[in-house]
Amino acid sequence: MSILKSLIYLLIYPGLLFLFVYSTFCEWFDRKLYARLQNRVGPAYTGRAGILQPVADFFKLLFKEDIIPERADRVIFSSLPVVGLAIVLTAGLYLPLWNIDVSIPSYNSFQGDIIVVLYLLSLPTLIFFLAGWHSTNFFSTLGGVRVLTMLFGYEVPLFLAILSPAIVADSWRLAEIADFYQKCPFLLLFQLTGFFVAVIALQAKLERTPFDIPHAETEIVGGTFTEYSGKKLAFFRLMTDIEMVVGSGLIATVFMAGFPGNAFVSFVNFIIKTLIVISILSLIRAACSRIRIDQMVNFSWKWLTPLAVMQLFISILVKGVFWRILQ
Amino acid sequence: MKKITIPIGPQHPALKEPISLRMTIEGEVIKDADIRLGYNHRGIEKLAESKTYIQNIYLMERICGICSHSHTTCYVQAVEALCGLEVPKRGLYIRTLVSELERIHSHLLWLGVAAHEAGFDSLFMYTWRDREVVMDLLEIISGNRVHYAINTIGGVRRDISEQQKEKILEGIEFLRKRTEYYTNLGTTEPTFVARISGVGKLPKEKAIELCAVGPTLRASDVASDIRKDDPYAVYDEIPFDVCTADTCDVLGRVVVRVKELIESYKIVEFVIKNLPAGEIKIKAPRKVPEGETVSRYEAPRGENIHYVKSNGTDKPERLKVRAPTLANYPATIEMLKNGFVADIPLIFAAIDPCICCAERVVELIDVKSGRSDIMTFSEIKRKYFCEKKRETL
Repeated sequence: MSILKSLIYLLIYPGLLFLFVYSTFCEWFDRKLYARLQNRVGPAYTGRAGILQPVADFFKLLFKEDIIPERADRVIFSSLPVVGLAIVLTAGLYLPLWNIDVSIPSYNSFQGDIIVVLYLLSLPTLIFFLAGWHSTNFFSTLGGVRVLTMLFGYEVPLFLAILSPAIVADSWRLAEIADFYQKCPFLLLFQLTGFFVAVIALQAKLERTPFDIPHAETEIVGGTFTEYSGKKLAFFRLMTDIEMVVGSGLIATVFMAGFPGNAFVSFVNFIIKTLIVISILSLIRAACSRIRIDQMVNFSWKWLTPLAVMQLFISILVKGVFWRILQ
Repeated sequence: MKKITIPIGPQHPALKEPISLRMTIEGEVIKDADIRLGYNHRGIEKLAESKTYIQNIYLMERICGICSHSHTTCYVQAVEALCGLEVPKRGLYIRTLVSELERIHSHLLWLGVAAHEAGFDSLFMYTWRDREVVMDLLEIISGNRVHYAINTIGGVRRDISEQQKEKILEGIEFLRKRTEYYTNLGTTEPTFVARISGVGKLPKEKAIELCAVGPTLRASDVASDIRKDDPYAVYDEIPFDVCTADTCDVLGRVVVRVKELIESYKIVEFVIKNLPAGEIKIKAPRKVPEGETVSRYEAPRGENIHYVKSNGTDKPERLKVRAPTLANYPATIEMLKNGFVADIPLIFAAIDPCICCAERVVELIDVKSGRSDIMTFSEIKRKYFCEKKRETL
């Protein structure tokens, strides 16, 4: 029975199938919201209100011609999209969504899984860099270098911001952190700064405006993805969508008290909370202009990192004060 | 660090028309730039010599898809000067009205393009939606959205009714509100300002030395505008200010254009309210007396010059067009130097390039021998395309 449950967990919910369906829904939601904010209609034809457009795009790309540049390393060039997709799907399994008992650690919920998720979410950046580098195209290489440069900007504030709720909850396990905040939700008010830092860092990680520097269309054509087409590009796009879901799921877990309740209630919780995060991401995307790479690094070290450090400081104070009260 | 040369174009997402910019870069900094033209040469000047003066109005209109009225006005002014025609006041007022509406449409379009190049797609979508209003106004007046075909030698072809006047005033009132919003947005939105301020510096002395024209020149704090310096049509009767900015960068170019939008609204309102009664055109002779003349016109992009030489027949002997974009190329190279790779599209878009308007000549150079030849298109086909085809087969 537990094997069947694990199989369902891996393949259907919240594994492969759910993440695929929900990430395409999120892409539609993001595109529609972005379009409405810009006074456009957005996807409108495929399915009701264009809801199937991302799925249609995905399958259309699957059937398109797939070109590998002559000078590129065939094996690495072709395997990167698949590896990247596998990485973000794995990261998705650690979200405390279903089949998790807070009192008993298991293979998908253990002390330190928050670190595992964070590192799994760092790997796609490396994948993008390698993809750009192995394309042997000038624009791709430049895009790849920009991906890495940006990583140095947003990674530190993201880690600090995500880990500070964990400090207050006194646990490195996502399920326990969520459980802790479900019991005393008012403590979340002290994490507001960290929440916004994390959302902005996630925006940078997902390479969306104002941080869409690595694939700035008007500057370096397609950036990292210039040479990618067909199936591989489809996988990369799916990978970014799933990364968006997992990233917003992670933020919802640590900053919004996770997804309490039975299977159905926690599912509804997950949908609502991730959509809130994605709405903020879309809002930022519509309200900003792309910035330059040096401005991005400046911004994250002058503003994001100090704010994240301040959040850490607040968390330590809160912990000092409330620990005494609780005991 | 090693210097490398990167090609921007002839095909690149930042370029709407084919042109080749070769950038020598060190890391992310541009050390040198080179512009190569000739990918979109259409031989319009040669064609004009085989058409009559009336036919040429419609040919001139097709030089540019955005400032079509600029080229026809510049051309008919030259022909009218050769014939010694006195155009009726009402005709000149309508001509001015259309040219200002065209300036509004061109500047709104440019604002959207600049925002898109900077990665600010929301502003792009907003300005282009509002541009539809002015396009509709132009359609009400002339029947067309792009090629208005309102000019003719000796006046204009269509009159304006009272109803149309009301519609135009309504549309302008709406646009004025929107433009005030964009002024606020374009000059205060932090990410956008961070992106465009200090980019593409063109100091005042350099701008004058390199003969920049139009908003590019005015953004370098030089108050030069043909409408004021050498008034044509009825600009000497219309009160308006020449807009300048002293920042000498892309932000200045945005500010100048947005200010010009506001000025254009004023001009349109003035023209509508002071439209004199009377004829809209006078009859022009088919054959133009012998002579030559130069006509200047302040197009949305800068000074437009047409030179017409007549030999007494109904066809011009020579027609030379100097589009404003061509005058801005030397300044562009200066602006690009020491900029970032990320700023190339922004700087280049800031001169509002209209590449096919500026294409006057194409030189054919054989890559292997380095020899320059004059040949017909069928010769090129025979010599190069067929050879290539055989190679691939």
